[in-house]
Order: sequence, then structure tokens, then C-alpha cells
Amino acid sequence: MTVQEDYQPVFIGRVLEELQTVLGRYPNKQAALLPALWIAQREHGWISDRIMAEVAEVLGVTPAYVKGVVTFYTMYHQHPVGKNFVQVCTTSPCNICGAEAVLKALLAQTGAGDAGATSPDGKWTIVEVECLGACGFATPVLVNDDFVENVTPDKVADLVRKYR
Amino acid sequence: MGYPHKSHPKETVVLSQYFGDADARTFKGWTKRGGYEALAQSLKLDPVAVTDVVKESGLRGRGGAGFPTGLKWSFMPKEKKKAHYLCVNADESEPGTFKDREIMRWTPHALLEGTAIAAHAIRAEVAYIYIRGEFNEPWTIMERALAEANAAGVFGTIKIHLHRGAGAYICGEETALMNSIEGKRGNPRIKPPFPAAAGLFGLPTTINNVETLAAVPHIIKRGAGWYKGLCLSNPKSTGTKLFSVCGHVQRPGNYEVTMGFPLKDLLYDMCGGPPAGRTLKACIPGGSSVPILTREETEQTLLDYEGCVAAGSMLGSGGVIVFDDSADMVYQIMRLARFYAHESCAQCTQCREGTAWTTKIMERILAGQGKPKDLDLLLDLSENMTGKTICVLSDSCAAPIVSGIKKFRGEFEAYLAGKKQPMMVG
Repeated sequence: MTVQEDYQPVFIGRVLEELQTVLGRYPNKQAALLPALWIAQREHGWISDRIMAEVAEVLGVTPAYVKGVVTFYTMYHQHPVGKNFVQVCTTSPCNICGAEAVLKALLAQTGAGDAGATSPDGKWTIVEVECLGACGFATPVLVNDDFVENVTPDKVADLVRKYR
Repeated sequence: MGYPHKSHPKETVVLSQYFGDADARTFKGWTKRGGYEALAQSLKLDPVAVTDVVKESGLRGRGGAGFPTGLKWSFMPKEKKKAHYLCVNADESEPGTFKDREIMRWTPHALLEGTAIAAHAIRAEVAYIYIRGEFNEPWTIMERALAEANAAGVFGTIKIHLHRGAGAYICGEETALMNSIEGKRGNPRIKPPFPAAAGLFGLPTTINNVETLAAVPHIIKRGAGWYKGLCLSNPKSTGTKLFSVCGHVQRPGNYEVTMGFPLKDLLYDMCGGPPAGRTLKACIPGGSSVPILTREETEQTLLDYEGCVAAGSMLGSGGVIVFDDSADMVYQIMRLARFYAHESCAQCTQCREGTAWTTKIMERILAGQGKPKDLDLLLDLSENMTGKTICVLSDSCAAPIVSGIKKFRGEFEAYLAGKKQPMMVG
């Protein structure tokens, strides 16, 4: 397989060492696929087709196989996202506690406009997600790795200010 | 309850004793509180003896199926010919349920200890704790706790690894979970073969829920008799359960009560009932995949496996979703169907098509474009979605639709008759 000259591999140096440690936890390489994709997304921000090909090569599977896995799981980004990737739960328990109003407020106040779109300043991508497992703390909002609980429309301005 | 956690006097505090106590989640703090003694005790016992204690206690799976835990452990091969695996299901994604997250956040060592005891009982060398991808905080806390416990060498030869999910409700299904660990799409497998015969990597495997395993150290320490004695109604349902109450209640949160506790007392006494001026209209007692109960049914329900079945629903995960009279049942049932449509792995035609079409039909009804035959169509689809697929996600989508149409038919008919303001559902 030819390697593009301008491609920066993800799994080199300390990142490759990290993957070796992960590989030691499983009896075969394929089982390290989800962890490898998480590492790749952490390093690169999102998972491109080229990165999928690199992961495939490192783990001894095909790029098509990796793509099949990436497209199944909702948390792997297949395109760049804003600096703040925001997930808002709107499934029924949160829905009856006003989750949709929280979503609308976030879309408006960040300039993201539509769910899934990135705001013009590149700082926000807001998506609607299914149950986040914090129903008693409605509405939960994930801002990157931060799990913010009990978000209501009147608290959105502060949240946006904090993460901008 | 909100934090700092304060238990309600009517709760039976076992698993939730240290919720809100940051010291208890350190290794030192946990051992100071008597932690890891049950594990040390168990490691000296024969695996069969440990299984017998858990069998005797009456502990049943707390993930949703309620299968007797000791019995499940005893399905593992008697003769050890191949590697055995334990998988811990921390994929908590059932709408209405938020108890495993609290167990991991506040008592990570309880889970680790229960995992190690279970691994010993089923003679598993390796255990994977599958944590859903969105649970960053529990992950970090579990990682730290695991490092501390490993450094102290408490697990003997048992290896416990954390495995992170990446956004898929269906990976909470035990066979999909195994496929996900194996680096595959989270598609459930046909059973048989059952995991104890051929599971993770084709080897004998047991999968247990977080809350189930968190109870194990207590059972070992205080005895099966103690656990069996925690029973307010049916003797087949013993111990305590964390009920995650959410929706239209004044005090949402996790409440730990003895099996057989009246749902009415949980909702009104402990959670303060619906907001002022509102009345309870509907309640789903066990996470969104179980039938919806009317107010009358809710007020008669005893919270154990048999009690919920007698009331017309199931205990499930214990995720109690409360709807007051301001809730639009048609909209919420549509929203639940949309959840299942989103989460379907798409292997089975009935599920892939059924979850999508029931959602679309209800969206059309909400938009004022419902047709007279729509309810029969929804029921017909639901019947084809029940008992006919590789896993029960399909059945789970059908449950709120069937019970919703049966018990809240008037709300559906109001949309069909043009008596309700149609809404754009995006």
C-alpha cells in the first residue's frame, strides 16, 4: 500500500507504545480496534479515511472493515468538529423536563444554527443525542469530556461563556 | 438524591451508603470502611462455594432481565478446559436509568471487588468492564481505582481491564457487548450458543450488570441469609434495588429500597410527587422498554420482579420515568420509538423497518396527518416486532407503543380527530 508523503502517522513513538500496552489486554489485535480509534480521535480530533487505513494496517484488518466499525458507533467523528463538541440528550425522560428548549438555546447562543453544523467561528458543534444515563439530572449536556448536569435554558448563557 | 447525597429515612441503604463520599472511592478509604475483606474471604473459598452463597441469596440480575445470578454463574463449564471470561455491563443506556453511573462514580471499589469475586466464582482469568463512551467521569474514577487496587495486589491472578464503548445502546445487549469488545460492530448474536458455552472470543463467558456485582461483596460479608431476609413481598425477589426516578417528580434521583417496596410510596413520599398543581398521569417503572402504567396501576404496584409483572409491566432496570398531566403521551411515545429507531443495529428486518416506520407513523399523526387505520397499523407492526428477532430491542420499541395505545388511546384519537394542535416534528 502506498503511503501519502504528507500524511502524519498517528501510531508512532509514545502513541504506538500506548497502543502496544492496549494490545496486551486482548488475545488478538482486532479487539484493540475500539481503543485504537479512541486514541486516533484523541490525537487527531476526528477519524479520516486515511487514519482508518493506518489503523487497519496496524491491526491487520482491512480499511473497509475499520470503516464499517467507525460508522456503527456514534461517538467517532468522521469529519472535523468544532472546538467544543456538545451533546444534548433529548430522549423522553429529559424531553419532558425541557431538553428541546435547552438544545434550541444552545444552537441559538453559540451561533451553530443547526444541530450537527459547526458554528462560523469554529468553536461549537451541537448534536442531539439519545439517553446519556443521567435522567435524574435533566438535562445533561456533554461538552467534550465534561458532563454538565441539570442544564436549563436560563443556564445556557453561562455555559456558553464558560467554554467559549 | 442530589449531592451531597442524603438518604431518605425509608431507604434501605446498602449499595448507596457511600454515595457523595469522596474519601470512600479511594483505595485507602474503601479498605478503611471494610472494603476488600469479602474478596480476601472469597479467594480462600472454592469457586463453587462462592457461587452457592450467591445462589442462596436470591440475587437476580439488575440490568433488566432479572435472571438469578448464582444460577447464571453455575452455567459455566464445570471442567476448566479453556479460558473463561467475565464481562461487566457498564453500558447503562436504558432511558430512565442512571444508577450504574452513580455506583461507578462513588463506589468504584465496590464494583471492582464484586467483579473479582465473580471472576473467581466462574474461574475467569480476565474480566472486561465495558463502560459506555459517554461516561468520562466514571471512566476516570474507575481507572484510578483500578490502578490503586492493582498496586495493592488485591486481585491475585485475576486481570481486570476497562473497555470503552463508543455510543451504542445496543451494546448493552450481552452478545452485542461481546462483539463490541472483539472489535466488531455491536450486532447481537443468535442464542444458542449461550455465552457460557461460547461467548467472548468463542470462550465460556458470563456477563453481569454493575449493580448486580456491587451487591456481591455485601452478600459474601453479611451472608446469603441476610440478603434473602431483605424482602417485603415475593420471596423470589430479595435484596435492595436502586431505583432511578426521573421525569415529573419534585426530587428525582436514585433511591435504594428493599424489593417489594410500594411504588406509590417511592413516588409520593420520597420523591415528593409531581410538581405542585400537577397530577401523575403515567409511569414507566423499569426503563423505557417496559409497558407504561396508568396512575391507578402505578399506585398499586409493588416494586419487585413479580409485582411489576402483576401490575402489567416489568421491573426491568428500575428506571422509573414519571409523566404528569402536562405530558403529551403521543409525542413521548413517538420520541421513544425514535430512540429505538436510532439505536437499532439494523440486522433484523422487523426491527430496522418497524422502529423506523412506527416512528414515522406517529410523527405523521402528531403533524395532524394521521389516518383512521394508523392505530391498527401501529399495533400490527408492534406484533411483528415482538418475539421474532435476534434480540429484544424490537420488542422494547413495541412495548410503549402497545401499552400507550391501550391505555392512552384517547390522546392518539384526539390527534386523529383533529382535536389537537398539530406540531412539526423534526
